[in-house]
Amino acid sequence: MTKQVQQLDRVIIRFAGDSGDGMQLTGDRFTAETAKFGNDLSTLPNFPAEIRAPAGTLPGVSSFQLHFADHDILTPGDAPNVLVAMNPAALKANLGDLPRGADIIANTDEFTKRNLQKVGYAANPLEDDSLAEWRVHSLPLTSLTVKALEGFSISKKDAERAKNMFALGLLSWLYHRPTEATIKFLEAKFAKKPDIAKANVAAFQAGWNYGETTESFSVSYEIKPATLAPGVYRNISGNQALAYGLIAASVQSGLPLFLGTYPITPASDILHELSKHKRFGIRTFQAEDEIAGVGAALGAAFGGALGVTTTSGPGVALKAETVGLAVATELPLIVVDVQRAGPSTGMPTKTEQTDLLMAMFGRNGESPVPVVAPSTPSDCFDAAIEAARIALKYRTPVMLLSDGYLANGSEPWQVPEVSELPDISVEFTTEPNGEDGTTYLPFKRDTETLARPWAVPGTPGLEHRIGGIEKADGSGNISYDPDNHDRMVRLRQAKIDGIDVPPLEVDDPDGDARVLVLGWGSTYGPIAAAVRRVRREGGKVAQAHLRHLNPLPANTGDVLRAYDKVLLPEINLGQLALLLRARFLIDVISYNRVRGLPFKAEELAGVIQDVINSD
Amino acid sequence: MTESLNGKGLALVPKTDGKQTLKDFKSDQEVRWCPGCGDYAILAAVQSFLPELGLRRENIVFVSGIGCSSRFPYYMNTYGFHSIHGRAPAIATGLATSRPDLSVWVITGDGDALSIGGNHLIHALRRNVNLNILLFNNRIYGLTKGQYSPTSEVGKITKSTPMGSLDKPFNPISLAIGAEAGFVARTIDSDRKHLQSVLREAAAHRGTSLVEIYQNCNIFNDGAFEAMKEPETRDEITIRLEHGQPIVFGTGDNAKAVRLAPYGGVEVVNRSEVAESEILVHDAHRPDPSLAFALSRLDEPAFQHVPIGIFRSVDRPAYDTLMSEQLEQATADKGKGQLADLLLGGDTWRIN
Ligand SMILES: Cc1ncc(C[n+]2csc(CCOP(=O)(O)OP(=O)(O)O)c2C)c(N)n1
Ligand code: SF4
Ligand SMILES: [Mg+2]
Repeated sequence: MTKQVQQLDRVIIRFAGDSGDGMQLTGDRFTAETAKFGNDLSTLPNFPAEIRAPAGTLPGVSSFQLHFADHDILTPGDAPNVLVAMNPAALKANLGDLPRGADIIANTDEFTKRNLQKVGYAANPLEDDSLAEWRVHSLPLTSLTVKALEGFSISKKDAERAKNMFALGLLSWLYHRPTEATIKFLEAKFAKKPDIAKANVAAFQAGWNYGETTESFSVSYEIKPATLAPGVYRNISGNQALAYGLIAASVQSGLPLFLGTYPITPASDILHELSKHKRFGIRTFQAEDEIAGVGAALGAAFGGALGVTTTSGPGVALKAETVGLAVATELPLIVVDVQRAGPSTGMPTKTEQTDLLMAMFGRNGESPVPVVAPSTPSDCFDAAIEAARIALKYRTPVMLLSDGYLANGSEPWQVPEVSELPDISVEFTTEPNGEDGTTYLPFKRDTETLARPWAVPGTPGLEHRIGGIEKADGSGNISYDPDNHDRMVRLRQAKIDGIDVPPLEVDDPDGDARVLVLGWGSTYGPIAAAVRRVRREGGKVAQAHLRHLNPLPANTGDVLRAYDKVLLPEINLGQLALLLRARFLIDVISYNRVRGLPFKAEELAGVIQDVINSD
Repeated sequence: MTESLNGKGLALVPKTDGKQTLKDFKSDQEVRWCPGCGDYAILAAVQSFLPELGLRRENIVFVSGIGCSSRFPYYMNTYGFHSIHGRAPAIATGLATSRPDLSVWVITGDGDALSIGGNHLIHALRRNVNLNILLFNNRIYGLTKGQYSPTSEVGKITKSTPMGSLDKPFNPISLAIGAEAGFVARTIDSDRKHLQSVLREAAAHRGTSLVEIYQNCNIFNDGAFEAMKEPETRDEITIRLEHGQPIVFGTGDNAKAVRLAPYGGVEVVNRSEVAESEILVHDAHRPDPSLAFALSRLDEPAFQHVPIGIFRSVDRPAYDTLMSEQLEQATADKGKGQLADLLLGGDTWRIN
């Protein structure tokens, strides 16, 4: 039977199942195949904080959404075209996001009376006409897998477990994905259990063949590779890009990387990644708590290392006092905050932009700290280098504000040439800098950057003491002099205000928009996608995105004042809006949703259109 | 590497060429403790001891927390970091782990180390980074003007406990031994010779060494250790532990000895009542910490007998050494990391 092949320009697939069903792995593999094929893509994993919430329940549903296309795309997509529902809970939890006409591939084996009851289905939705608006493909995924694996020397349980690979095979057939890499991956993953490896490969191939031979699927789809800028690409998540950026910063600065940290979702993967790269001279230190993590990083910085600490909001709260010490001692330090939903424990696996004001002000005293926020998963690489550049050049702690959406989301990344990475090397002070030619003044500043010299232990003749007590300008000796304190407070502020950050760029193709949409951090993708939609409909809108939140680019005020209206979507209750209003007296229009999820492009397009219309 | 460094706490720290004296270690800062404070004696003891080590001054770092005692680094003409309350062990851990060529000393108080910084202290001890921790125990909060501390005796009357404190104090030596410390010692501000002998051993120990120093705060807790200083009482109270020597103390009719107690642990008995062979011979190098712990309990319940000296000195690999070895191993296995290879690792594809 030859089947029909239909061309599509883009598809959004969501794999959903129980936490134990391996949906993240399935999504990762489909993503890897898709990247290899050359589509542009963007992903959104969404999983519960519990490792194994009770099986078959709504809180236990784990999903992975992938958007891929033959052109460049900016978000993981608003609404799935295809939902793979491994059980009734997965169907129920995700149906609301599914537009009419979307495909549902449901595993009928799991639609048992008990499982239906668990999530409050009185009747089996696959059997009544409640899903009539969608195209439902009901198939017994589990029993098909078990049947395909008859004759393999594995337990029934292991055979059932391979059902996610059957589903992956089927989807791979449906969208013409290359399969070799997945087969290799499975062989490597289960290298120690060859029977399981073989069974998973067989399940994967059985899924493919099922699509090819049965009549449940009459059409398969082709999505041509995207035409991206020439170069070498790889798929990368935000956390991985951030870890790589830190390694690159270590190489480009010539300083050994020291990571002091304590595990916390969604930042732990940066620790996991960095701990794999010891041959770069990287020391990773899993401390007893966040305070010790940042303390050790600061101690290492005092000794001349590139000191880094990684955490999420609750950890930043604990680190505050030490960051203040880094402000006072003017030592370089990178504090990575992978923001998650708060307050308190909040929703650990969900995303938010609610730590901006904490990053800016969450310390005692006047303690300004530069803040840098990456805008996409791959931008985490460059943002990490930029944070290191600022920290080293200005001898200051820097807050790097990622978030759960960037951390776990992934996209193709054009791998940069090492020769094109910025040189951020530093020179330690080795000679006395006092007028008399013999004394060392640890707080005598560079006249241009206001940075203080950095002399590390082991340097003869420059022995000195630093600490959190106020220091006399220049000598650094303890000083309680009122005027000196006032001067030091202002000097520390002026140093941060004077950091060289690039100007804010505006995307306004025709130059005649009256409305500007401003964003920061991970909202870049959804805002840019929304702007595209609005423009496609003929709407005029300009877009600008802030990567430096402190200091703001020098032209920020001018840019904002050039538009009649400034719309500022944030996944918080208006934290940047508060700063901009205070600083520029501009009445920005906030759009805020704090649902633990990224904005949808369609949603933002509507908001932008409303603002344009109200003009 | 691990084996050969054992017992050589400063083997990786460069030696000085010239001769050093006490004066080399005095900074130009005016010392600002209250007149008569025990901290002066400790400062002088440390300054006059350091030349003996013959280390390059620039490779010595003093890191402290917050408290009267924590002002110490400002008075030392070495590198120094006066940090925040309780966190010195954490900061020093990062420094010593990334710089094995430094001799790192932590200066902390009883509140700093055992209240706010208790967590860092116990983890530093079990981790065994190459640090020397000097815990100035005056059994009071000095800098905040005299509240009781986690080493103050029960019933302590202070500004914050006008009817007496309620909570049982820590015994820092017991705590350290329980926290898997490899080197644990106690000494006292008034006995410079003893203090320096303990510092000597602490410096020679590679790994974390904890030295509790009884320090008199003459303003808020004057005389806390007076009985250990008065000629009439000191020999009856102070048990001087010396490795390889029978544990005996007191003179004349009051001569005492320590022996194994029938119910486990150790006990103090009249020397005249025990055979010489029954007297416990101190073995600081015993891998098992139980006896060292038992000795640390001899001051219970009422400071009647107080052992000083080295309770425990047992070698095990230091954390910083082990971490360096992992880095060397990783490099030996796969070669030095190359950034371009890292970035291009994993599945890549080319677009022309
Ligand atoms: C975070 C924080 N909490 C409280 C204080 C106030 N404080 C400073 S020193 C101190 C206690 C010091 O006692 P100890 O460590 O015994 O040192 P001593 O002054 O007795 O040498 C306290 C509570 C502080 N500086 N920082
Ligand atoms: S208050 Fe006590 S500990 Fe502090 S300096 Fe004065 S005497 Fe010393
Ligand atoms: Mg004290």
